[in-house]
Amino acid sequence: MRIELEKRPKVSLLYAFLSPVIALCLTIVAGAIMFVFLGKDPGLALYSFFIEPLTEVWSLHELAIKAAPLILIAVGLSICYRSNNWNIGAEGQFIMGAVTGSIVPVVFHEWHSALVLPLMLVMGMIGGALYAGIPAFLKARMNTNEILTSLMLVYVAQLFLDWLVRGPWRDPGGFNFPVTRAFAPEAILPEMLASGRANYGFAFAILAALAIWFMMRFTLKGFEITVLGQSERAGRFAGFSSRRMIWFSMLLSGAFAGLAGISEVSGAIGKLQPVISPGYGFTAIIVAFLGRLNPLAIIVAGLVLGLTYLGGEAAQISLGLSDKVVRVFQGLLLFFVLSCDTLIQYRIRIVWRRVTGQVTGQVTEGAH
Amino acid sequence: MKKLILALVATTAAIGFAASASAQEKAKICFVYVGSKSDGGWTQAHDIGRQELEKTLGDKIETQFLENVPEGPDAERAIERLSRSGCGLIYTTSFGFMDATVKVAAKFPKVMYEHATGYKTAPNVATYNSRFYEGRYIQGQIAAKISEKGVAGYIASFPIPEVVMGIDAFLIGARSINPDFKIKVVWANTWFDPGKEADAAKALIDQGVDVLTQHTDTTAPMQVAAERGIKAFGQASDMIAAGPKTQLTAIKDTWGAYYIKRTQAFLDGKWATTSSWDGLKDGILTMAPYTNMPDDVKAMAEATQAKIESGELKPFTGPLKKQDGSVWLKEGETAEDGVLLGLNFYVDGVDDKLPQ
Amino acid sequence: MGIIEAILLTVITAATPLVIAAAGELVTERSGVLNLGVEGMMIIGAVCAFAATQATGSPYIGILAGILSGTLFSLLFGFLTLTLVANQVATGLALTILGLGLSGQIGEPYAGQSGIKLPQIVFPVLSDIPVIGRLLFQQDLIFYLSIALIAGIHWFLFRSRAGLKLRSVGDSHTSAHALGINVIRTRYLAVMFGGACAGLAGAQLSLVYTPQWVENMSAGRGWIALALVVFASWRPWRIVAGGYLFGAVSISQLYAQGNGFNVPSQLLSALPYLATIVVLVLISQNRRMTMINTPASLGKPFVPDR
Repeated sequence: MRIELEKRPKVSLLYAFLSPVIALCLTIVAGAIMFVFLGKDPGLALYSFFIEPLTEVWSLHELAIKAAPLILIAVGLSICYRSNNWNIGAEGQFIMGAVTGSIVPVVFHEWHSALVLPLMLVMGMIGGALYAGIPAFLKARMNTNEILTSLMLVYVAQLFLDWLVRGPWRDPGGFNFPVTRAFAPEAILPEMLASGRANYGFAFAILAALAIWFMMRFTLKGFEITVLGQSERAGRFAGFSSRRMIWFSMLLSGAFAGLAGISEVSGAIGKLQPVISPGYGFTAIIVAFLGRLNPLAIIVAGLVLGLTYLGGEAAQISLGLSDKVVRVFQGLLLFFVLSCDTLIQYRIRIVWRRVTGQVTGQVTEGAH
Repeated sequence: MKKLILALVATTAAIGFAASASAQEKAKICFVYVGSKSDGGWTQAHDIGRQELEKTLGDKIETQFLENVPEGPDAERAIERLSRSGCGLIYTTSFGFMDATVKVAAKFPKVMYEHATGYKTAPNVATYNSRFYEGRYIQGQIAAKISEKGVAGYIASFPIPEVVMGIDAFLIGARSINPDFKIKVVWANTWFDPGKEADAAKALIDQGVDVLTQHTDTTAPMQVAAERGIKAFGQASDMIAAGPKTQLTAIKDTWGAYYIKRTQAFLDGKWATTSSWDGLKDGILTMAPYTNMPDDVKAMAEATQAKIESGELKPFTGPLKKQDGSVWLKEGETAEDGVLLGLNFYVDGVDDKLPQ
Repeated sequence: MGIIEAILLTVITAATPLVIAAAGELVTERSGVLNLGVEGMMIIGAVCAFAATQATGSPYIGILAGILSGTLFSLLFGFLTLTLVANQVATGLALTILGLGLSGQIGEPYAGQSGIKLPQIVFPVLSDIPVIGRLLFQQDLIFYLSIALIAGIHWFLFRSRAGLKLRSVGDSHTSAHALGINVIRTRYLAVMFGGACAGLAGAQLSLVYTPQWVENMSAGRGWIALALVVFASWRPWRIVAGGYLFGAVSISQLYAQGNGFNVPSQLLSALPYLATIVVLVLISQNRRMTMINTPASLGKPFVPDR
């Protein structure tokens, strides 16, 4: 038996909608089997994962908090990936955005003004963009692979933040613990509604997704990104410069990651500390692909992935499931989504070979 | 129809009553962990404490925990979720959970919180910590007796007061035996990376230290010390399995004693906020058996431990000089807890510059 | 043992897993497949090697388990990216996430156990040579394997017919297909080889480097291995140079600290990453060299026309 792919004449709209549904169903089935093996009630486990976090208002707010940075970063990354610029260092840009934006409330903490917050947000975007500018410069001018440079810069950013909060920016009144002084009230990103903690970071994420969707759909820039992404040569014939696109996409995604960083710090944390992100920059890569690099779908993808984190906690409490099971479950979801996406562009045929003695070295899924 | 509604209301009320009744029978005690409960270090020590608590008070309480909770907004959510799910007393076991604990506590005045290693309290938030440095002092004395070269290696994690306090206490202990004793410090910048910790251990041993202590959480340095045939001290838990012929003793974090004490107070309705900083005498830390050392050293260690437990000996007692040579504590003067909790300087004799 | 010799010994232990994992990834990438899941395969290899060693008492069975588990895990990646042509970057990242979760689950009962260290194999006579003897001829099996791997891969890629085929698949899968080479099968084998090497590298972590199981014990080494491949501009022997250089930078900062060297430790910890960036830039300046060695269809999916 082997599997053959046949390219569809055009992208299947039906499967574009169906594939995530199929993937979700497969994940649920696989998850249920896994839970049975672990001796847990699969119905209750799945309920904890996908339904329980949605049944309470406070929990919805928490979902928005968790999804906001993922969506914001992923939307920026989608532009990079569509134009074949493989920025995987959004985590670093997130951190540097947070650091740059925090200059105002940490260093100039005696300055009180309504301008503080807007200035912080703008500086956060600039910080993230500048940090993404390093791999952009190295790629555009030095021809250096951006996957690795952007990744290496993540570690550098983490260590830089660590140094700042343990050294020069340490809170003088904080018993020497590695945190900066708490931001003043006017430096805090306000909450959107009275019913919970969700702050305007979520609004930024949605606005960014809508803006990028509009750009991709209705502007020449969007067309340029699509063309250059599909074929650099075709883009050149159309008069587009791939080098300028490197700058554009990297700076844009860096700015978004930076905005996510400063929103997280000013909205949800309220100060700088050695670790400000549980890997948002990396998880956002997954979100970008779950959303198939489509800004609107990325909103959904960000919410779904955020839900699995919240659901994971709910399952830990209600069933005593280990946190590792949660991560395995997330991994399964990703694999099913990625494999089901094949259906959109290809028809899958399973070829049963009658000829005996033909072992083709293909594998079947399901063992893992 | 009316009957049906009435019946429904009655049932709901009954269920609600039953739920609250069972909640009264067994109090829910909850824990928030920063790491995995089987990490072999910090979090595992807390989880062992939780298990002891369950064993001792199991007929009156049940416990729940969330592991691998990142510090930041996730911590706030985790604590809020536990607060909403009926926990009566919540232990948050990492310094980075401090602000999250205080924030959530303000929203749930009926839930009690205990935050480990922090300094912010509220009517329903207490803090607790352990005087690890008492163990370090004993270790320093043992090291000074055991070491032939008079140099110990110290694998440090991050320059927070807790770790600096440990280094200072170790050296003060060592110098009480051998006034020329030295320590070399390597900052690994991690709590938890066996490879890096092993490399740090090798670096220190290659540079001539002949006794090793660590303030990182894996047993990798112990394994390296065993391989190279020098002696070492364990951290957080008894690491004797990793070095049966190597471990001199270890500082064991035995939080169970504290958890039982405070949970009992909670059950008796006597819980009140406090900033407790327990030591060897309270059992919040214990020394693993003194092994692989001559009997006289063992006797000395036990004597010192007894003196610390009785309060006769306080490790941070003058005369002590700071690293820059200025006087810190005059003869007979002891350091205040407030100063120790924010300690950011070395005492005289540490062969390292404190990262600032 | 002199201090230099001691440092070199530490460097070798630290560099060996990087070299092995990078060697495997090099072959994968030479076939035109970019597998970012090295970290995930490595950690799976580490936990399976440790578990098998604890179960059987033989670290050699542990090594086999590490290799086998890494290979199996890479098949998951192969199935998605080769058979179902899913995006390689996303699948690789997903593989890492799954690997970290799964290894934690498998390893839970083994946390805190003391492992069995892979014994040294001492070559008589040769090991008596001053300095070199201790460094090169008194090591464990995995170290010898790492050197043999590099030599073998060099020979395979540039001297053998099969290697020529593999490179042609990586350079242009369409032409290779036209020449009658089975692109998908070649790539499957290359991905599996990469998985096997990552698994072996993981086994080195839990059997040699630090004989124990600790969650997330690979601590980013899989990512460094990926950087090494580019650093080496896809040439096997340069991986050895790069790996040892990287090891030396990260080790020497620990030695420098022990000597009371006053620089923020964060800067020292960042040095290896900064050094990698600098070297990447320097190497990519030599456009001719990179063009010759870079697999032209790296990361591009292939679907045979029918």
